[in-house]
Amino acid sequence: MAIDNETVKRVATLAHLRIEDDKLNATKEEFNKILDFIEQLKEVDTSSVEPMFCVNGGEVPMREDVVTDGNLKEEILKNAPMQEFGYFAVPKVVE
Amino acid sequence: MTDLTKLTIHEALDGLKNKTFSSVELTNAYLNKMALGRKYNAYVLETPELALEQAKASDKRYADGTNRALEGIALGIKDLFCTKGVRSTACSHILDGFVPEYESTVTQNLLENGAVFLGKLNMDEFAMGGSNEHSFYGPVINPYSKEKPLVPGGSSGGSAAAVSADMCAAATGTDTGGSIRQPAAFCGIVGIKPTYGRCSRWGIMAFASSLDQAGPMTKDVKDAALMLKAMAGYDAKDSTSSKLPVPDFEKVLGQDIKGLKIGVPQEYRPDGLNAEIAAYWDKAADMLKSRGAEIVPISLPHTKYALPVYYIIAPAEASSNLARYDGIRYGLRIDGEKLDDLYINTRTEGFGAEVKRRIMIGTYVLSAGYYDAYYLKAQKVRRLIKNDFEEAFKKCDLILTPTSPVSAFEIGDKSMNENPINMYLNDVFTVSVNLAGLPAMSLPIGLDKKGLPLGMQLIGKAFDEETIFKAAYALEQDAGFERK
Repeated sequence: MAIDNETVKRVATLAHLRIEDDKLNATKEEFNKILDFIEQLKEVDTSSVEPMFCVNGGEVPMREDVVTDGNLKEEILKNAPMQEFGYFAVPKVVE
Repeated sequence: MTDLTKLTIHEALDGLKNKTFSSVELTNAYLNKMALGRKYNAYVLETPELALEQAKASDKRYADGTNRALEGIALGIKDLFCTKGVRSTACSHILDGFVPEYESTVTQNLLENGAVFLGKLNMDEFAMGGSNEHSFYGPVINPYSKEKPLVPGGSSGGSAAAVSADMCAAATGTDTGGSIRQPAAFCGIVGIKPTYGRCSRWGIMAFASSLDQAGPMTKDVKDAALMLKAMAGYDAKDSTSSKLPVPDFEKVLGQDIKGLKIGVPQEYRPDGLNAEIAAYWDKAADMLKSRGAEIVPISLPHTKYALPVYYIIAPAEASSNLARYDGIRYGLRIDGEKLDDLYINTRTEGFGAEVKRRIMIGTYVLSAGYYDAYYLKAQKVRRLIKNDFEEAFKKCDLILTPTSPVSAFEIGDKSMNENPINMYLNDVFTVSVNLAGLPAMSLPIGLDKKGLPLGMQLIGKAFDEETIFKAAYALEQDAGFERK
């Protein structure tokens, strides 16, 4: 199932990445090589197989819905590239 | 005086306990080695002041008799681990200047066992790669390189090179598809990926959460036993970490392996398998046999599908895990007019080519209309791969295979770089183990004609690292591999 430049652009948009127009063809070709490779799985009959999401098996444990820590504003903001008034700063989103 | 950096962890512990040398002396020896070995580019950050401070504290503990399991042993830490107050970037531009406010559970466990940290080790960006050529900080050079610089393997390439060149006693690594075992094989050291759930993933930057595991990379099997014990254990902060008690792996070293059944999978011996590697594989089987183990032919019929499954699941999980890097909360920020522009500018500039490639593949296979055909299909075949191992382990206790189909190759190797699939094929013997969540160790078996190390892999049943250690220790004695 070969994909075209439009699909590559659409996927890049979904992933919040930009691909320059002069790189589109090369990216598409690489993409198709990888898709060709994973396409092999079609040969395997999995009609009676349940998907496996967790190798450990069993249930993922739930913890009690309680606060375990807090009041860490300074620590949380410490690595922010830009902060204002004790908040993360972003470009204006509401006109 | 002997070169202290040549000592294994267990030898150094003897010296420290007997006061033959201090941890400060030992640490200084490594710091000197690191300065001399900068050409390898193994460390992306050296923390000498911190290391000497920790070493002084260790010497105090030896003096007052409160020394712990790894007291005063100097380690290197893969840059994927968050270390409190010490820059941690996963060797990605997008995490420029990120200084965690917390310590990963595994490194915390090591610190609580008395370890000294020398600095952060180079790796493929976000652990994506098998050659360490995909690091923002440049490639690592394999200490076994002769005329031309060779790769150390990846993604834990800095860890493997640092251990091999005595720039730390041992190092932490992580393994999602072979990232501990393949570089261990390329650099002539020991590396074990424990069972999924053995080590907490908390504080390790996530690549593919259902596959990632941390493990030790060491000079010998005994060191791996000591270090894994210190790293492992249940952690409430990782919901997939196991509550099973951590055995004393060291206890099984030297035990008789008579009667142990060693499976040899026919699917791991394709027609084109490198003859030297095949010969070492037979030799390793013979060594185990001469100690009374029984060699059993086994079949893992879905082996050929492991790589395609991996290259759906790993990118899918990565595309989701790496969505958090957006330029707002930490790391690099490239401004834009609108919020979306900021995200796109930051991510386009901050991620390297291989990471972007995998994010794109992952986004595609998870996108509307393709989820069932790719992701769900891969999760089904993943179960078949796990079932193969379960069937095989009815006939044997351990599985013996080569670690990698090749030895270390040149940096910038043409065939590896012109088609990503060629690079991915290096993981052909290691990925199945991650998909099935099993433990596996690579240990050096010998040198090939080019003088480069080759590794053998021992795969165990889930949570049975002990049998791996037992057989690996025997194999290590018989192989007599001479460390660099």
